[in-house]
Amino acid sequence: MIKNNMTSLQRVLTTLGHNEPDRVPFFLLFTMHGAKELGLSIKEYFAKGENVAEGQLRLRAKYRHDSIYNFFYAPIEIEAFGGEVIYNDEGPANSGIPIIKTFDDIKNLEVPDVKSTHCLAKVFKSSQIVKEKIGDEVPIIGVVMSPFSLPVMQMGFDKYLDLMYERPDLFNHLMKINEEFCVNWANAQLEAGTTAICYFDPFSSTTVTTKEMYLKTGFEIAKRTIAKIKGPTATHMASGRCLSIIEDIADTGTAIVGVSVNENIQELKNSCKNKITVMGNLNGIEMRRWTPNEAEENVKRVISQAGAGGGFILSDNHGEIPFQVPDEVLMAISEAVHKWGNYPLVC
Amino acid sequence: MENNISNFMEALLSINRIAARQILESSTSIDRISFIENVVIPALERIGKGWQDGVFALSQVYMAGRICEELIDEILPPGDPDRKDQPKMAICVLSDRHKLGKTIVYSLLRSSGFDLLDYGTMEVEELVERIKNDKIEIILVSVLMLHSALKVKHLKEKLDALNLDVKIVVGGAPFRFDKQLWQEVGADAMCSTASEAVLVIKNVMDGSL
Repeated sequence: MIKNNMTSLQRVLTTLGHNEPDRVPFFLLFTMHGAKELGLSIKEYFAKGENVAEGQLRLRAKYRHDSIYNFFYAPIEIEAFGGEVIYNDEGPANSGIPIIKTFDDIKNLEVPDVKSTHCLAKVFKSSQIVKEKIGDEVPIIGVVMSPFSLPVMQMGFDKYLDLMYERPDLFNHLMKINEEFCVNWANAQLEAGTTAICYFDPFSSTTVTTKEMYLKTGFEIAKRTIAKIKGPTATHMASGRCLSIIEDIADTGTAIVGVSVNENIQELKNSCKNKITVMGNLNGIEMRRWTPNEAEENVKRVISQAGAGGGFILSDNHGEIPFQVPDEVLMAISEAVHKWGNYPLVC
Repeated sequence: MENNISNFMEALLSINRIAARQILESSTSIDRISFIENVVIPALERIGKGWQDGVFALSQVYMAGRICEELIDEILPPGDPDRKDQPKMAICVLSDRHKLGKTIVYSLLRSSGFDLLDYGTMEVEELVERIKNDKIEIILVSVLMLHSALKVKHLKEKLDALNLDVKIVVGGAPFRFDKQLWQEVGADAMCSTASEAVLVIKNVMDGSL
């Protein structure tokens, strides 16, 4: 392979093999920014798969990053279960009233049919359009919530914690439903042209769950679920810590782990021992007020800490760049990667 | 006392309600308020600090708060004259749907002997109305989303426009990830952990905030 002429997909695959590509691959994980590009409100933008496909293609042309992020909004899965989505003009959509109001509601919960659910069809459409336009040049990343993390939106964080500690029987029943949905949802996205699945699992992070609890629950659930997803996966902790469980995460069969700015990325990478690629960990919240110089310094710092030897993708630490991050900062990040990310590294 | 704190903390971290209750019941040498001040609050502070440092998990912080709230409500029911002589305060989630942070702070403050109103989720306009009508002196605002955190600025402007002397105390992920954000939006204080709220309220009470 000619190193200085790699496509984004070749670049990503090389780093996943723990080799150095032509430059550090970087994922600008945009969800809402496409709406700005198209001059639409966030709600209008996510109403059609065609909008998201066009938004993602325009963003990639503008910032020259290495992925298409076919992620609409987190509560789309709640919508599939019959729940409510509350849109916001300035930020990500939230789920409305929980679909599980009492523990007994879990007994009556049914797995949605992913192929006949209108809201999910928008995602398949977007993936199909992008795939037709760009083929295998760039990885198309689809998103699922892990079966273990989805109940935060299905029933609320506090009720879910109560369920875990007080009703293990119903917890297990809910996991069975969510695992079936997650696998079907992921595989349908892969059939529609998606290259890889981002498995969002913040509830497994040690910020939320103890390692002991994770090994009994989130770890086993991830192993079972990821084994049934017919494509590569990236596990994302959505700003949560994972250093003490990073080897366990690698053992779930995932290829990438998205890590928090609260942990040292060099230490995380060293702990992986070439078993898993590390993705991160620019501070997406601070990014909103960075100057272009600060953006460059942060990119340079993270690349110098984690870039050597491949096994690294630069991105934000949450898996979603806030709507308020200005174009000039995003452009500065892109330019910094193109300046400082070329292998062999000089920073 | 140190032994009491360590044992109580251990009971909370292992979600052992029975052990926590036994420690409370066996502490007959100190009165109930002293037990809260010298055992419950230090234990919860250490758990909160441990979470901030990545030693403990949010699930432990939440369950510890719940256990303490249940225990303290028994020995010090709402409205009990021994509850603290405190400024009138309320807590809310501003403009998003993520209630866990608010629930933890609410539990922890009640476990520490404070009374406060729980406004649930509110937008800025209705929150200002409630603050005005209830004559609130400290409003604790919890958020998870960045765009919700930025709305604290509108809250501050509206309270100032009405000349309402209210301390705004904020907490939540956006403020932990950007340490300058609380000042940018005009808050009076930021708490990185739920237990820091106790200290902030004490600072308001002694006039240092």
